Amino acid sequence: MSKSISELEEIARKCRVEIVKMVYRSQAGHPGGSLSEIDLLAALYATRLRVRPDEPKWGDRDRFILSKGHASPGMYSILAEMGFISHEDLKSYRVLGGVCQGHVDMKWCPGVDFSAGSLGMGLSFGMGCATAARLDKSDRRAFVMIGDGEMQEGSVWEAAMAAAHHELGNLKVILDRNRIQNDDFCEVQMRMFDIPAKWKAFGWNVKEIDGHNMTEIMEGLDFLEAPENSNGPSILIAHTIKGAGISYMENNPSFHGAAPNDEQFHQAMIELGEVEA
Amino acid sequence: MTRMAATRDGYGQALLDLGSNEKVVVLEADLGKSTKSLHFRKAYPDRTISCGIGEQNMLLVAAGMAASGYIPFASTFAIFTERAFEQMRNGVARPNLAVHLCGSHGGTHTGTDGSSAQSIEDLAIFRTLPNVVVMHPCDDVSTRILTIQLPELGKPSYMRTARNKTPVLYDGREDEIKIGKGIILKEGNDVAIIACGVLVSESLKAAEALEAEGIHATVVDMHTLKPIDGELIDKISAQCGALVTAEDHNVIGGLGSAVAEHIVGNTFAPLEIVGVPDRFGESGQADEMLEVMQISAHYIALAAKKAISRK
Ligand SMILES: Cc1ncc(C[n+]2csc(CCOP(=O)(O)OP(=O)(O)O)c2C)c(N)n1
Ligand SMILES: [Mg+2]
Repeated sequence: MSKSISELEEIARKCRVEIVKMVYRSQAGHPGGSLSEIDLLAALYATRLRVRPDEPKWGDRDRFILSKGHASPGMYSILAEMGFISHEDLKSYRVLGGVCQGHVDMKWCPGVDFSAGSLGMGLSFGMGCATAARLDKSDRRAFVMIGDGEMQEGSVWEAAMAAAHHELGNLKVILDRNRIQNDDFCEVQMRMFDIPAKWKAFGWNVKEIDGHNMTEIMEGLDFLEAPENSNGPSILIAHTIKGAGISYMENNPSFHGAAPNDEQFHQAMIELGEVEA
Repeated sequence: MTRMAATRDGYGQALLDLGSNEKVVVLEADLGKSTKSLHFRKAYPDRTISCGIGEQNMLLVAAGMAASGYIPFASTFAIFTERAFEQMRNGVARPNLAVHLCGSHGGTHTGTDGSSAQSIEDLAIFRTLPNVVVMHPCDDVSTRILTIQLPELGKPSYMRTARNKTPVLYDGREDEIKIGKGIILKEGNDVAIIACGVLVSESLKAAEALEAEGIHATVVDMHTLKPIDGELIDKISAQCGALVTAEDHNVIGGLGSAVAEHIVGNTFAPLEIVGVPDRFGESGQADEMLEVMQISAHYIALAAKKAISRK
């Protein structure tokens, strides 16, 4: 599971290409949050998660829960890269009968551990997986990715309090802190003030990184795997850019849930190095 | 050419129209662009309260404002209104506070987002709450008119709107639209099709197909599911002797149930319920979902024949 930084960067680039293609083909979906999370997902899947693509239901696998389930193109692209699904399957995104449903769905897609789409649910579910692992005396872990807008759901804080109370050291959260939600910037919709302080106050191990710098991401994942307080849950706050990698999508709330047109698609392929300018 | 529009646009327009009433306030849960409350927010930012992605909080903030003399309109996707069901039950319906909740993107017609976003139980659950008026209009005109009538109601309400465009039926017919009163869109004596929301225009299509086979159907737009227009149901049951209901909602608990609950104690007629057959949806285009869920005009016409055969 060792990969060089440049190898990881190339995996993430290939995933970005697939993300843009998926939303372009279906003319719907969520590119912004897929592009902000993808460097983190690439590193997590390629170097940390103990999973078996040829045996997706292996009982002792680490669980990965994409709680911000709308950012499914990101997850589908890395699942294809890892071999859980084929690259051909990516064409089924949002298509009737396709394994790649609009929001990640454990009933439809191999490698998906939670049927998401309603925000604020994944952390509680992850806590359930972590609690079950402990009862099983298994060293498997539960990783949960949440969005920053998602953090406004009260249920996130119910889970945060409960996980610390139950000393779930095997529960690990990555926060995609891209500063944008559906309608606008988080700062406009609902200010969240000091996010690291909030999680610390809830009893969590906390670290902040640049979520697009592969070296920092690897350090961040080291921290998640071996936090200071091994009896406590951990959160990696990854500062990201919504739409990262495609200039016109970056920091642009309108690309939370909108697809590129023909011209924009072509430009994206140039920016990702897929075609010559 | 029939004008096409989405009911959520009628809701957005109605909020703007209501804006001149300074007691009207709008609450959002990060979906104003989608439910169309964004127009109100632009025009009246001081009377628009952003609750972030927090539906449970939003409902009770609305309740507090209603108890303080305001007329709150809160909206999110239909599916996420369900997140705040107990708040609606205990904090809004029980004290009978006039909070108006709108759930957009209702039903499987919502399409490619898939099952997590396709509410098929909202009409059922809100119908079970005492004091709450439940509506699901079929076009942007009726959505606008019904929404504008809400402040006079003085009671809480739930209205489902839809994401995608459907044919507009009421241009120039605004005066016919009243909360609690079903509307006869077509008259016939063989069978009566009672529909709501996106299936009203599908029912008209079904009626046209039946007409070609010599079967004359009545079609009713039952935009208000609660209180249900019992007088109208009695009238068409007696007139046609066979009933069909049609809704983009689980066959359990929605319009079909509302009509069934009425006819068992009143003018009885055989009833066929067209709706989502007690299963979750999936990703697909709106028109594909009508077929997959077996709720398109084709299935409505089949149900009509079955109801007639049971006379
Ligand atoms: C409970 C719930 N309410 C509302 C929505 C609609 N919705 C989908 S994505 C989104 C914004 C999410 O923002 P964030 O969590 O920051 O995700 P990201 O920026 O990573 O895309 C909203 C409001 C939802 N999916 N679930
Ligand atoms: Mg965000």
